Amino acid sequence: MWSMLTESNTQWVLFSTMILGIAAGAIGCIAYWKKQSLMSDSLAHASLPGIVIAFLLLGEKNFLVLTIGAAISALIGAVFIQWVISTTRITEDTMMGIVLSVFYGLGIMLLTIANRVGGGEQSGLDTFIVGQAAAMVYTDVITMLSLAIAVILIIVVGFKEWKIYLFDPQFARGEGLSLTFMNGLYTLALVTTIVIGIQAVGVILIAALLIIPPVSARYWTQYFKMMLLLSGLFGGLAGVIGTLISTFGSGLPTGPFIVVIATTLFVISLIFGKEKGILINYIQFKVHQKQVNLNQLEERGESR
Amino acid sequence: MTQAVLNVENLAASYRKDTVLYDVNFDMKGGTLTGVVGPNGAGKSTLLKTILGLHPSLTGSVKFFEQPLKRVKKRVGYVPQRGSVDWDFPTDALDVVTMGLYGQIGWLRWPSNAHKNKAYEALDRMGMADYAHRQISQLSGGQQQRVFLARALVQEADLYFMDEPMAGVDAATERAIMAMLKELKNMGKTVMVVHHDLQTVRDYFDHVLLLNRTIVEYGKTEHIFTRENISQTYGGNMRWMGEENHHVEHAH
Repeated sequence: MWSMLTESNTQWVLFSTMILGIAAGAIGCIAYWKKQSLMSDSLAHASLPGIVIAFLLLGEKNFLVLTIGAAISALIGAVFIQWVISTTRITEDTMMGIVLSVFYGLGIMLLTIANRVGGGEQSGLDTFIVGQAAAMVYTDVITMLSLAIAVILIIVVGFKEWKIYLFDPQFARGEGLSLTFMNGLYTLALVTTIVIGIQAVGVILIAALLIIPPVSARYWTQYFKMMLLLSGLFGGLAGVIGTLISTFGSGLPTGPFIVVIATTLFVISLIFGKEKGILINYIQFKVHQKQVNLNQLEERGESR
Repeated sequence: MTQAVLNVENLAASYRKDTVLYDVNFDMKGGTLTGVVGPNGAGKSTLLKTILGLHPSLTGSVKFFEQPLKRVKKRVGYVPQRGSVDWDFPTDALDVVTMGLYGQIGWLRWPSNAHKNKAYEALDRMGMADYAHRQISQLSGGQQQRVFLARALVQEADLYFMDEPMAGVDAATERAIMAMLKELKNMGKTVMVVHHDLQTVRDYFDHVLLLNRTIVEYGKTEHIFTRENISQTYGGNMRWMGEENHHVEHAH
């Protein structure tokens, strides 16, 4: 079993899911402060029809082409959400829910057709739903790695710009930062992270890798830079450990294990986190309570 | 005669189907301290946002220093309402003030120590030096407001727009803000402030802009801020503060 780890393909896959996790954690942190955690879930689901259509057109499973199909489909979903909320009275969360279910439903419908007529089942198109990192070949890994690194670079290089864009967009605009450009870059980076993660984690669960690490990181720090780093770290850990576990059992899906690891890290943060974690809150409360009781006792003692 | 630093012509704006502002025309002279006064829903914040292009205008034109805003962006500073941002964002007071320097620092470049010192000095001027490394979520409302004003100070603009900086702040903050406004005025800067407290208008501002969807009156405080004009702005059914005090005195 351990011999698998020395295989170069396994090592590449592990490395790429780690980088994917870091990219997802970092962009997820931005989505968190844009108050759009659910957006990643909608766009992930929205990418499914694009994948299947790309497959049907091409007739084979080419990672790059399917990724482009996924990206186009997710971007259509994103534009659709933006367009509807800015022109009608439908709210953002409602629209995200609609896009999520409608696009996913369409995707599953097309997938059924593909499986029947196009040989989708044999080619393993189903792995896109729950993800199977081990199914990736060398070229897939390279594509995924380079795109994930690009996303990380975009966030690191523009750190200061992302911060002001998230904290006070109107002020940022006054300082000369184009909000249209930042919104576009954000959507692009988010969609990129989602589509490259689909093969490894799957359309249903990729959102968890974008949502859970930032929330966990929030429990450890009061600085945005630290939150980004921690979120990336948690995402990377979840990616690498989850993939490792699924590699040991043959044919196990990767996505669920990555999500389970991410959630474990979240529960640890929730309980032990130094910023308003459950335990620290409880201890602080008890300490204060004791202090107040002591003070009252002293006061009574003095008044006697 | 000082030149007009702001020139607003025929400005109109709306929210959804309601027209909030119409036919707004005025020229603001340099070195003045103007209070924008009017009832709730009179379009005070909208006026500021529309002038600054943060809210779309239906018609009209705005010129800053006789040029479009794009050309002179660095000379114009804006202090939004405190509630317009999420104060739970993980950062400290000094960092927020440093954001006021981003335009000067340049995009994709990191702030230097000199920038941080400058931000610290601005915090100090607002009496907030001790709170430089305090989490912004742990600051009181007044302190948060002072952080916002310090951020505006480091911008070193010539023309400032402030949206209700004195709403819901403690007395110490109000004094600090007023001291800052006077200082800005002495430096020859121009400031336009949305203000809600009628009692302090006379003490704080040399010019008043009475607004109720359009300009009711605009000019020097001593000429414009009269009982007739105020009741016209507020729809005429407002009890005059002086009168009320008078009655109270009688009761004693």
